[in-house]
Amino acid sequence: MSLDKATVARIARLARIKVPAGEEDALAADLSRILAFVEQLNELDCTDVPPMTSSEAMKLRRRADEVTDGGIPEKVLANAPEARDGYFTVPKVVE
Amino acid sequence: MSTTTASAESKNLIEGKTGHWEVVIGLEVHAQVLSKSKLFSGAAIAFGAEPNSQVSLVDAAMPGMLPVINGFCVEQAVRTGLGLKAQINMRSVFDRKNYFYPDLPQGYQISQFTQPIVGRGELVLDLPGGESRTVGITRLHLEQDAGKSIHDQDPQLTFIDLNRSGTALMEIVSEPDMRSAEEAAAYLKKLRSILRYLGTCDGNMDEGSLRADVNVSVRKPGAPFGTRCEIKNVNSIRFVQQAVEYEARRQIELIEEGGTVKQQTRLFDANRGETRAMRTKEEAHDYRYFPDPDLLPLELEPDFVARIKATLPELPDEKKARFMKDYGLTAYDAGVLVAERASADYFEAAAKGRDGKSAANWIMGDLFAVLNKTGVGIEQSPVSAEALGGMLDLLKDGTISGRIAKDVFVAMVETGKPAKVIVEEKGLKQITDTGPIEAAADKVIADNPKQVATYKGGNQNLIGWFVGQVMKATGGKANPGVVNEILKKKLAE
Amino acid sequence: MSALTDLTLAEARDGLKAKKFSAAELTDAHVKAVEAARPLNAYITETPELAKKLAAESDARIASGDARALEGVPLAIKDLFCTENVRTTAASKILGNFIPQYESTVSGKLLAAGAVSVGKTNLDEFAMGSSNATSAFGAVANPWKRKGDNRPLVPGGSSGGSAAAVAARTCLGATGTDTGGSIRQPAAFCGIVGIKPTYGRCSRWGIVAFASSLDQAGPFARTVRDTAILLREMAGFDAKDSTSVEKAVPDFEKALTGDVRGLRIGIPKEYRMDGMSREIEDLWAKGIAWLKDAGATPVDISLPHTKYALPAYYIIAPAEASSNLARYDGIRYGLRVPGESIDDLYENTRGAGFGAEVRRRVMIGTYVLSAGYYDAYYLKAQKVRSLIARDFEEAYKKVDAILTPTAPSAAFALGEKSDDPITMYLNDVFTVSVNLAGLPGISVPAGLSSDGLPLGLQVIGRPFDEETVFRVAGVVESQAKFTAKPDGAA
Repeated sequence: MSLDKATVARIARLARIKVPAGEEDALAADLSRILAFVEQLNELDCTDVPPMTSSEAMKLRRRADEVTDGGIPEKVLANAPEARDGYFTVPKVVE
Repeated sequence: MSTTTASAESKNLIEGKTGHWEVVIGLEVHAQVLSKSKLFSGAAIAFGAEPNSQVSLVDAAMPGMLPVINGFCVEQAVRTGLGLKAQINMRSVFDRKNYFYPDLPQGYQISQFTQPIVGRGELVLDLPGGESRTVGITRLHLEQDAGKSIHDQDPQLTFIDLNRSGTALMEIVSEPDMRSAEEAAAYLKKLRSILRYLGTCDGNMDEGSLRADVNVSVRKPGAPFGTRCEIKNVNSIRFVQQAVEYEARRQIELIEEGGTVKQQTRLFDANRGETRAMRTKEEAHDYRYFPDPDLLPLELEPDFVARIKATLPELPDEKKARFMKDYGLTAYDAGVLVAERASADYFEAAAKGRDGKSAANWIMGDLFAVLNKTGVGIEQSPVSAEALGGMLDLLKDGTISGRIAKDVFVAMVETGKPAKVIVEEKGLKQITDTGPIEAAADKVIADNPKQVATYKGGNQNLIGWFVGQVMKATGGKANPGVVNEILKKKLAE
Repeated sequence: MSALTDLTLAEARDGLKAKKFSAAELTDAHVKAVEAARPLNAYITETPELAKKLAAESDARIASGDARALEGVPLAIKDLFCTENVRTTAASKILGNFIPQYESTVSGKLLAAGAVSVGKTNLDEFAMGSSNATSAFGAVANPWKRKGDNRPLVPGGSSGGSAAAVAARTCLGATGTDTGGSIRQPAAFCGIVGIKPTYGRCSRWGIVAFASSLDQAGPFARTVRDTAILLREMAGFDAKDSTSVEKAVPDFEKALTGDVRGLRIGIPKEYRMDGMSREIEDLWAKGIAWLKDAGATPVDISLPHTKYALPAYYIIAPAEASSNLARYDGIRYGLRVPGESIDDLYENTRGAGFGAEVRRRVMIGTYVLSAGYYDAYYLKAQKVRSLIARDFEEAYKKVDAILTPTAPSAAFALGEKSDDPITMYLNDVFTVSVNLAGLPGISVPAGLSSDGLPLGLQVIGRPFDEETVFRVAGVVESQAKFTAKPDGAA
């Protein structure tokens, strides 16, 4: 699968990563090469094969409903780039 | 996809310029699970805490944090599924729903996409006319709630509070089976009632523990489904109704003017009573769902489900049917009483061994009036069910008349004293002795020759006036039935 | 280089107990070694003050007879493990000056066992790479150099810093993580031992996530015994990690009996690849002979889907990473590059904060999960993964462990391999299937190339059978008698 610039731009948008102008072509070429590499999997017929989601055949462990965490606003905000009055702040989001 | 099997009910159709239109409604309700801690973290959930004080490192999506599922939230989801007569899926999977938003710290929401914990179920709508209609529930799944974005604290900034981030939600999706704003409201009302009965959600829409996304489309009856718009996060039943009405109108007008409905996400503006499109860019969301690799598939044990099923409370529909059968209540009355478990329990306590209809009338009339006026719930009623029952007993055995009972009730509300005591203290016993009644009747007849003549002249209805006069003369305590009989006899002489 | 830094971890542990030297002395020697090895750029953050403080506490405990399993042992921690109050970067700009308010479970266990942390080691950014060249903090130089050639070589990756730090004798052991080979391959390149345990053996809590279904923490050290000692302390069930397995941790050191008689060792034919270097083939043959001499039986096996492991990996790992890295958004921690709108803020921050390799992988991951492509790529890759796991299950009906080379070449110089990302990915060709199948795998230095560079052999085991892996590795080690040391060691 060869990716064109428009597709690369769309993926960059979805991933929220700004791609500087001038780098799009090289990036598209890299991504296309990687996709071509991984498309080797098309050689395999996996019709009746179940997907593997975990290497262990284990049951999901459930914890008890107790309050064992939270109450640590200082730790939560300790690394905040911008905070005010106990809130994280970001540029105004318009819905 | 199900479509309504019955032909479009004409009473639900909306009249447009080009004919009649049918509105098709589906609801996706987000119900916050009643639990102590969050779905995948041990932080507390309580409304109104200081910002970011109920946030664990997991909720804040710090590097290296991992989810661990709260078993009780799983139980609550199963309980809700059983309450909706739905299929419980013994194996379900958690998927990541990926998108960027500042109150979604992980950059994804842990939800369930292809294999939810609960499958198809149903819910009975109690409609205003007294009829019922069953609608389908497509599925219920567990997912994390996001934090809160506060846009109005500062002109340039949005404030983010993650207290709500990670709280367990049950997303309950209905089939697109509703055909009117009333039906949508009835759905939400019943769903809320069931959740409260089960104790799986407190249903407090004003606190945000129950929110509805309303999907609305319109079509000419018999035509395929039209394009739908989703109105997000409507937080009251009244607003849902208004939003549906507005949106249906909007779409009908748009189509009739030659336009096409664009599939979009909209918000309901409660101040204006209108829906408007959200200002996010017009890209369709690509959530890139995939199974969350930090979690394994959720497997339920048959015992686990059986135990929950065995301890389900009697639900509103069953209770309503039982009230109708055992107490002879009408569908409407029974429906009102079972809407909240507390009022249903109150009714049963008051009606036990007594006339159910009478109890129902007193509760739905006088008691509810007092409670509404004082803004108090039935759990804090100044008159207990036992006390009301005591008053009903006095009515039944003729100690007081219906008229007097009204006064007694008021006194019970004010003083908290039992009916018997009030009747004693105020001397309100109904007069059934014919002696005093005869005397009062004689006096009224003697004092009012003109009315007597009119009555004897053929105006039989005037008996009511005479009864009224005798009642007044006896301070309302005479038994009106006896008064009526005595007067009739005397006036016939 | 002092004698103290030349000890093995086991010798140091015993020496401390026997009071031959103090923890303070041992730490001091290593702190000095860290400084002297600065040209290698193996460390992102040195923590000498913390180390000295911990060493003093260790001496007190040793004196009072309270010594814990790793009391006073200087270790380095890969800068992918969140360490409380010590800056953690994941070798990326995007974490800015992030100071975790918590300690990862694994590094916490090491500290609780009395270990002394001398610093946070360099790595490929977000553990994505096989050369440590993608680090935002600069490349790491392998302490080994080619005979007669002064060019710096890569230490391998992603845990290049940890491997170099151990090989250069700046610490007695180090932690790494392995998602596609990131412990085993640098161990091979640096002539040391590195093991990736079974998936679920070590907790992932507090480790910056790359690919959740593949990541595993593991130790580096200079001997098999040392890694066994370290793994015992690192491993164990953690209730905070839903993928952590509730299995008791054996005393791995006890598995080093040296006795492999009767064990069947699988030799997978698909690992004999076209263009494989003669030296590596020969080393592999030697390894087989050593084990045969020791009483094990080599058995030819087939792992038919081997060639599909790399493509499957390069779908699954980037996909999971694209989602795991979404949290690096400039809002709650790390770098924030301002923007007019929230989306500008995201795009600016992540554009500036992520390096080229991370960007490539996040974008590939985003693409393969996106609408219309999920079935063809991600779902398909997960099915292929099942096939690969099945290959191993079948093989383990006939054998108890598998022997292969660790890497297709010895360490190379930066820029020597082309800029094509695929060429770099091929470094993992022998290691990735092990992650896809969740199995334990170790690399043991087994010989030198003609250039004088270390070459490693890999032993792969059954799930949760690290004991057999250690046992076989121990025999390979004793037979190989690898005593060479890098000149570039401090």
